Formats: sequence, structure tokens, C-alpha cells
Amino acid sequence: MNRVPLGQKVLKENDRIAAELRQRLAEHGILCLNLVSSPGAGKTSLLERTLETFAPASRIAVLTGDIQTDNDAVRLARFGFPVKQITTGGTCHLEARMIEKVLADWRLEDLDLLFIENVGNLVCPSSYDLGEAAKVVVLSVAEGEDKPLKYPAMFFRSDLLVLNKIDLLPYVPFNLAKAREYARRVHPGIEIIEVSSLTGEGLPQWQQWIERRMRSHRQALAAT
Amino acid sequence: MHELSIATLVLDAVNAEANLRPAMRVSRIGVRLGDLAGVDADALTFCFEALVKDTELASAALEIERRPQRNKCSRCNGEFVVVNYESACPACGESSTQFVSGDELELAFVEMEEP
Repeated sequence: MNRVPLGQKVLKENDRIAAELRQRLAEHGILCLNLVSSPGAGKTSLLERTLETFAPASRIAVLTGDIQTDNDAVRLARFGFPVKQITTGGTCHLEARMIEKVLADWRLEDLDLLFIENVGNLVCPSSYDLGEAAKVVVLSVAEGEDKPLKYPAMFFRSDLLVLNKIDLLPYVPFNLAKAREYARRVHPGIEIIEVSSLTGEGLPQWQQWIERRMRSHRQALAAT
Repeated sequence: MHELSIATLVLDAVNAEANLRPAMRVSRIGVRLGDLAGVDADALTFCFEALVKDTELASAALEIERRPQRNKCSRCNGEFVVVNYESACPACGESSTQFVSGDELELAFVEMEEP
């Protein structure tokens, strides 16, 4: 018997491409946010409301991933910013090589902010680094408040939790305090913002969070 | 359900290793899986078995070593296993602790023997 110790990362090829992407984005001072959630938590609606608040001259682009259809890209393209749909054709998550392929067609020097809207899925996208500066997990109050405990990897890897659809709170048995507690139990340092993409409540805080991250990201890059 | 692509990547790496020793037969494959890896051990085993069926790796056993989350206390420096996501230090009660390990997704080893 002959045991060969390996200790090699199963996703090393994805990690290698993600590291290259992170480097390229850094060279252009681009903040890249990877939005993740279960299907229907409201990633696209949140992005719609976000894009409409930016001035038309803002240097923003969006990559949106779905298993099928370009419906999300059509919705997001209305705001005049560059949008590309990645249709995975069955794959339940985005991988770094998909991002790399799409970015090859874009002039990165024209961008400051890149949103990636991942495939709706709270499990698989957590394993795949896309070269983003941060993952943002969106959880709607129409779901269970124990989602952070059921899908800890995703909440553990996200810098920010956006609790969406808070306009529905009077109608659903969602325990906001518990949701916050569970998210912090899995990831004590996670930031939390409550929003309603429908009424606009909380959107200024989300906007400020993005602007703060853009500033600190640029400062961190300038310091290296 | 990304365990199928994970299992495929594991088998690619195993085959690459096996090809270096063509006279040997792979008998055991070790995978290290952290609780925070976002990969389900049962689903991975299921996909692995489906993929190796009727191949040269059909008789190889898959051994999954689960790794719990470990944190380190920022006050007493003690390292501990995080149970039920409770990340406060069990020794001194400090709530500020740092993640150490528990998100592994690695091909740990390949065992081979003479056929």
C-alpha cells in the first residue's frame, strides 16, 4: 500500500482564475460585489433600484447569471449601464472562468463598480470565488429567519446581509431580531442593512455602504 | 447541487496522480471537507459512486474527513472547535474570535496498491 499525501484544493483552477481577476480589477480600481441569495429574494429588484439612483455618467456595469433566459439582463439594461447576461445552461452557480470570459469584451478602464448577480442558490455559489471584493447576501423576510443557520457557508463568506422586502413584515411571521442574531452567530462581523426595494426604505443605507466600500477599496489599493 | 462538478474535479486530480504510477491501482481516495465548505458529504459520495461505476476507479473507496470550524480567541489565544456556530471563546468567554479553519475542500491523499 502506498499513500500519496496531496492536500490540494479541489477548486484550485477556479481559485487561480479568481485571483487573476481580482488582480485585474484591482489594477483598474474597480470594486466588484457578488450578490448571492436564494431564488426570489430580490437581487434583481435591488439592483434595479440601485442602478436608478446612480447618475447616468457613473462607471458601473452588471453581470447577471441565470440558468436560463436573459430576462434579468433585459430588466437591468433599461438604466443605460452596460449589462451582460451569463446563461449557465444548467450550472447552479457562476464560476470564475465565466466572469473572465465576459470581462474580456469590456474596457475595464471605463469602470469603477461591477455588480455580479449570481444564480439564485444559497449553497453552491458560496464555494466559487469570482474575484469579487465582497459577497453581499440578500435574504427576504418572505423566507425563514433561520436561513443563516441552514446555509452557514454563504452567510459566513458574505460581508453584508441585506434583509429585503421589509415592507412585508406586517404580513409574514418573520422574526427580524432572530434573523440578525443567527446571521451574527454564523458570522459575527457581518454588516446588516434592512431594505425594501418596493418602498425604497433602507436604500440610502445600502447606497452609502457601496460608496463607503468604493472609497475604502480605492484607499486600500492606493496603499499597496 | 454542485457536488457532481466537485466530484469530477476530484476524480480528474486522482487520475492525474494515478497516471504517474501506471502499474498501481487506486484503492482509497481521501477528501477533506470543512463544515463551511458548502459541500454536502452524502451528495458528494453519491456523485462519486455514480462517476466511478464501470471505470478503473470503481473499486476505490472514498474517505471523507469532516473538519469542524475552528476559531482562535483574540484574548487568551486559545483555539477551539465552534459548536452550533457559537463563536465566543469557551475558555474565557471573549466574544471576539478569529476564524482559523473549517472551509477545506481538498483532495487529501490517494492510496495505491499493486493490482
